[in-house]
Amino acid sequence: MSLGEDRWQRVNLALACFALDPAALGGIWLRARVGPVRDRVQKGLETSLQGLTLRRLHPGIGDDALFGGIDLAASLAQGKMVRTRGLLGGSAVLVMPMAERVKPGLAARLASALDTKSGLSLIALDEGAEPEETLPRALADRLAIHLDLADQCLSDAPELALDPADLAEAAKLLPHVTLPDGAIAELTEVAARLGIASLRAPLQALAVARASAALSGEDRVESADLTLAVELVLAPRATQIPASQDSPPEPQAPDPPPAPETQPDHAKDQDQIDLPPIEMLLEAAKAMLPPDLLARLQAGRASRRAPGATGTGAAKKGNRRGRPLASRPGRMGGDARVDLVATLRAAAPWQAMRRAASDQPDRLHIRMSDIRLRQFQETSDRAIIFVVDASGSAAMARLAEAKGAIELLLGEAYARRDHVALVAFRGDGSEVLLPPTRSLVQTKRRLAQLPGGGGTPLAAGLRAALELAIMAQAKGMTPSVALLTDGRANVDLAGIANRVQAGLDATAMARAIRARGWPAIVIDTGLRPTGGLDVLARDMGAPYLPLPRADARTLSAAVDASLTPA
Amino acid sequence: MKDFALSGPFPFSAIVGQEDMKLAMILTAIDPGIGGVLVFGDRGTGKSTAVRGLAALLPPITAVAGCPVNSAHEGDIPDWAQVTDRHVIEKPTPVIDLPLGATEDRVVGALDIEKALTRGEKAFEPGLLARANRGYLYIDEVNLLEDHLVDLLLDVAQSGQNVVEREGLSIRHAARFVLVGSGNPEEGELRPQLLDRFGLSVEVTSPRDIDTRIEVIRRRDAYDRDPIGFLTNWRGSDMDLRARIVAAKRALGQAEAGEPILRDCAELCVALGSDGLRGELTLLRAARALATFDGVTTVSRDHLRRVAPAALRHRLRRDPLDEAGSTTRVERVVTEVLG
Repeated sequence: MSLGEDRWQRVNLALACFALDPAALGGIWLRARVGPVRDRVQKGLETSLQGLTLRRLHPGIGDDALFGGIDLAASLAQGKMVRTRGLLGGSAVLVMPMAERVKPGLAARLASALDTKSGLSLIALDEGAEPEETLPRALADRLAIHLDLADQCLSDAPELALDPADLAEAAKLLPHVTLPDGAIAELTEVAARLGIASLRAPLQALAVARASAALSGEDRVESADLTLAVELVLAPRATQIPASQDSPPEPQAPDPPPAPETQPDHAKDQDQIDLPPIEMLLEAAKAMLPPDLLARLQAGRASRRAPGATGTGAAKKGNRRGRPLASRPGRMGGDARVDLVATLRAAAPWQAMRRAASDQPDRLHIRMSDIRLRQFQETSDRAIIFVVDASGSAAMARLAEAKGAIELLLGEAYARRDHVALVAFRGDGSEVLLPPTRSLVQTKRRLAQLPGGGGTPLAAGLRAALELAIMAQAKGMTPSVALLTDGRANVDLAGIANRVQAGLDATAMARAIRARGWPAIVIDTGLRPTGGLDVLARDMGAPYLPLPRADARTLSAAVDASLTPA
Repeated sequence: MKDFALSGPFPFSAIVGQEDMKLAMILTAIDPGIGGVLVFGDRGTGKSTAVRGLAALLPPITAVAGCPVNSAHEGDIPDWAQVTDRHVIEKPTPVIDLPLGATEDRVVGALDIEKALTRGEKAFEPGLLARANRGYLYIDEVNLLEDHLVDLLLDVAQSGQNVVEREGLSIRHAARFVLVGSGNPEEGELRPQLLDRFGLSVEVTSPRDIDTRIEVIRRRDAYDRDPIGFLTNWRGSDMDLRARIVAAKRALGQAEAGEPILRDCAELCVALGSDGLRGELTLLRAARALATFDGVTTVSRDHLRRVAPAALRHRLRRDPLDEAGSTTRVERVVTEVLG
């Protein structure tokens, strides 16, 4: 069986498990672009979920639609209150396309509904193209099954075999499924070894194991069920690759048995026949880890994606508060606030006519077209991107000053709404050490290990800064770039040591930054400021500031003063 | 005292570990005047379970049935409320969730648009703060909440009064609740001014120890499979805890803190360089609540030692170049001052 067919088999099982016990599993996070493969999955879901209510949500849904609210148009027309019923009322399976666009607010509401209301479950159809575009973690944590069908071929994906009659049969069996002793312990330990912090995951894995046992007509969870649970629930959440038994990863893992075949030292010997050894479950999980995750983990970048993942969902458009602007006509609902005075003013001229046309002369006549909404203008947050020369020619001390300046700026960031990012360049390329953040905790952790040494690939550093700045702007921030270097660019964009080409590339990148019109500053940290850098500063449209003996405090003051938009 | 209902949230006493968080919540239950609790930590560590469990464990409140702010007596009903059902009934301590992205209107209440438009009446539609009166207000991801909302919430939580002055309304009602906020510091931090307004703060992490984790899963699974049986098993422990909290509440008036204890409080706060006097006051109140919870009426140094990290951790001046966490700093100073 090919890899794709194998995976499809698991999709089939996953859907069947979910159909058996939607409430306990919480839901499915299906990551796949729109296409025939996803259509097949959806079709399978519809067959298997017969008898349950399916309701569709969209990521921009407002509270009125979720929890129920006033049907304003009908209320106004009838002169009495007409309420709509919320989507979250009653038990249902919610289907949400474009789930990668869910805002944190909606994610929090859905998550709490999934937690507190029984009978609700969610199928999140995530169509994200980039790794950053993903379901908010608060929500993903509540959905037991994570499926990634991004590279599933249609030829490996025949129609799903889900028979409602079989499912009904299994549903009857489900309440009687028992767990062997030690199954809970095994799943929990596997989860811990895979670096899964949340304790929801092992619980969801248990629910999957039970459903899988019921599906195969057993009233007891067998080792195949546990393996399936690990593959479907735990493997996709892994944040670390479990170390092999020779080198236990952390002291937290109770000393694993020396060989996987024989494990006499385990406390749960009586269940040897039923339970697969933990190592086997771990192997199953390892086989399921996507190859690119391995690469990511090795590059040590998984952690960046994990805690503060910046998907579309987490992006905040800097819409905190602001100056009131003139009201505009619009529809009520969602976060919109009605400007009552403006609404009444809009309705006033028509009252005489409307009264004459209506049979209720004594009341105020307001139509939907009169509704005016409040608007606020907000200023966006700043994102200061530090581009720091970490090459051999720049002394390690400068790097330390840059670190200090970043921490000082962040210390004041609460008041100023600053986000700070750090790009370091050295050797043959650049590295984003700190994506835009306001978190001091995260920053300290990242800055603790900033390496130094090697050539000066100035252009690569500027390019990374440019990319970061574009990303920050897309999130509603105003980026500014602060370059700290001693200016002897000697490695070009391709990573080759070539002084001439390196200089040309750096100039090109500087002009690209200037073209965007962002505030920037070039700080020369060389002991004897050379002529080259002020030319580069001019290319960037940035002030040039030689600061041979800058300490963290003067540096942060200089950056702050020159980057404040006029 | 009324007995438990046979279904309910996960029992508070069945929560494994997380002693700091549980203690902080119990202390605010004994003395709501301590102020809110801020819980910072990973997802899935039982923060919301603990809030709900604690509220279910507390004795039910008596309230006027139709009153939007859960008034205890008819006389307390705010004048703007049109209450039809004036029976006094018992209801469970309210726990209100404040969803991220809630608008100011939903939180503080606003002009009832529906009545204004359909009947031309000027009526007030109470918000979440009204419903949370005499109970708990739980905010998940408080660090992602808009700053002005957090400001407003803390203000109300401290004054016990919600004042609405807008859109031609001038309304006030009682809003005494314990604020419980939770969040993950890696996703954004709270302004120091806001941190300071929370009474206690605790840090929770997923248990690192495999056996603890297994126990958590085992209990949760047992609860999910058979909630009634599980609740029955744990009812004894929950009832004991309830009795202790009720007794402590009653004894709170008699709890004494001598001159040396006051001096210790002040010295601790000076040594830590915390701004304002809120640190001392909270420390004292928390220590007093802890003493009554322990069944004694005199506050001792040991009580101070146990509540100092929770009461002071979030009040330190931020030093960006100090690598040690605030908890370590508090503990160090506590050892220096109290010996």
